[in-house]
Amino acid sequence: MARIDLVDLAQSYSGNDAPLESFALKPVTMTWRQGGAYALLGPSGCGKTTLLNLISGIVTPSRGKILFDGQDITPLSTQKRNIAQVFQFPVIYDTMTVGENLAFPLKNRGVAKAEVNARVRQIADLLDLTPYLNRKATRLTADAKQKISLGRGLVRSDVAAVLFDEPLTVIDPELKWQLRSKLKALHRELDLTMIYVTHDQTEALTFADTVVVMHDGRVVQSGTPAELFDKPAHTFVGYFIGSPGMNIVPAEVSGHEARIDGHVIGLRRNYGVLPAGKKIDIGVRPEFVDVAPPASGLLSAKIERIDDLGRIQFARVRVGNTKLAARVPPGFAVSGDTAGLVFNPAYVHVYADSHLVEGVA
Amino acid sequence: MDKTINQKAWFLVLPVFLVVAFSAVLPLMTVVNYSMQDTFGNNQFFWNGVGWFKELLDPSTDLGGRFLASLGRNLLFSAIILAIEVPLGIVVALSMPREGWSVAACLVILALPLLIPWNVVGTIWQIFGRPDIGLLGYTLNYLGFNYNYVSNDLDAWATVIVMDVWHWTSLVALLCYAGLKSIPDAYYQAAQIDGASRWAVFKAIQLPKMNRVLLIAVLLRFMDSFMIYTEPFVVTGGGPGNSTTFVSIELVKIALGQFDLGKAAALSLVYNLIILIVCWVFYTVMTNAGTERPAKEGAA
Repeated sequence: MARIDLVDLAQSYSGNDAPLESFALKPVTMTWRQGGAYALLGPSGCGKTTLLNLISGIVTPSRGKILFDGQDITPLSTQKRNIAQVFQFPVIYDTMTVGENLAFPLKNRGVAKAEVNARVRQIADLLDLTPYLNRKATRLTADAKQKISLGRGLVRSDVAAVLFDEPLTVIDPELKWQLRSKLKALHRELDLTMIYVTHDQTEALTFADTVVVMHDGRVVQSGTPAELFDKPAHTFVGYFIGSPGMNIVPAEVSGHEARIDGHVIGLRRNYGVLPAGKKIDIGVRPEFVDVAPPASGLLSAKIERIDDLGRIQFARVRVGNTKLAARVPPGFAVSGDTAGLVFNPAYVHVYADSHLVEGVA
Repeated sequence: MDKTINQKAWFLVLPVFLVVAFSAVLPLMTVVNYSMQDTFGNNQFFWNGVGWFKELLDPSTDLGGRFLASLGRNLLFSAIILAIEVPLGIVVALSMPREGWSVAACLVILALPLLIPWNVVGTIWQIFGRPDIGLLGYTLNYLGFNYNYVSNDLDAWATVIVMDVWHWTSLVALLCYAGLKSIPDAYYQAAQIDGASRWAVFKAIQLPKMNRVLLIAVLLRFMDSFMIYTEPFVVTGGGPGNSTTFVSIELVKIALGQFDLGKAAALSLVYNLIILIVCWVFYTVMTNAGTERPAKEGAA
């Protein structure tokens, strides 16, 4: 168990001299606290697996350092790094029984037999694998195999961190929920640092205390699920997290006011005069925009369709060329195809070139 | 409900029927026919029942003695070349590059011996090993080894075995390489994470994943080496004495040299049967290996 620090860590698959923009992982400096449950969230190709493989040592970084408890382990091989990783597709050793599979990482490290047995039994118990311990692993179903992979990742008690690379991809949705809660329980029980890579926001938000959102090789925000939801640091976070994603609307902002198509929306904070030449947007989640009957004080929008999500309804509307989603308040009946939009000023954020601008209270 | 009756379908089967009849059934039945008879030339045949088969299995007769001795030599030969070529092929496959231009180069170089006709291979080694003009033979003798495959049994065996290893290890290596290439990277990465040693990776991942191709390699190499004729015939002609006379060489001697068609027919049937049985046993054993082993007691 350890605190993991990344110092200016970067990776390019086409050599260190390649332009920074082409790097799979742009330089990142961050700290993973001991015992935390982290999710690395981002779309395919955003560099999250690269970051994971750098931490586990499968890939050697082009630049920067990785520290475990302050100790530089960058040059160490995977075997010497004391890290566990579970891959997207189950990896099992065909000739071994389930028990032998679970024991493999311990045996390779010369752990005493009694301790191996005890640990294997504990992990098998936690993952409901006990009845299969003496069975050949080849004959099991995909999710049982993935449980074995998970088990092999969790069986060592002394690891600095357990890394999961989209481990539930091959699992049925029903079992996904179960396994995810299981992982969460295991995290509490075993007190391991866990880093969980996924492109599924539900998976990330339910598993982790801290979600790290990546986009285009960069870490754009890391925070609790609530922080990511309420105050996205980057328009990408707003758009990627939440369903539907955050509305991003080009606007002119000065002081306490944002101007869309000449219509003024009040802001909670004072933004003074924003630097010229940057692309200014306001971002507001659909949950904090309500549709209302058209009125002179409201930004008017054209309703395109209503999405009924059961618990809540969202209206898809259009203001000029910009598409937005807005909440349909309970009891509000949409009539006609125009509506006014009511913004909740506390949740309207301002972005300059996609990055959050902090206003002054 | 009536079935459609269309006798024309027989015509569709007819070509296959004819081909199989003329290429397999009729020749085989001819051999079976010969094996029950004795001939003194002039197309005169005398009924001999199972006489030849009895003789074949009785070492005290001339036929039985020659058959069993050559069978023994043949089995020893197959065992030796399997014991060399399979591990060697695995080692070659493991040390081949996994990507880059060198892969293509390796594959071409490995494939070369396989493309050379049998009798050419024999001729190459026949000359290569000659003490007077052959590079290998001359060099060995120059270095003080008294190497002569024409007069020394052991040298003859060594030459034939090395020749076979030279000719066929590539096949095993290529098959193993194909097996290795099909292992996803994640397995190697997982093994790294699990702290597996090189040997453990081989034992837990590579060998089990090569299981299938190794089965094919062993079967092919066994059958080929058990039926070997051309190469030793060109190099040693079965000598010195009878020391490298394998079953097929003996068979040709009896059938074409002595024109004992009955004996030769009986021998070839038994020969054929042995190959079938051994292949069946190999196949059954190797496909069941690892799947029906009872689970061991205790988890770890």
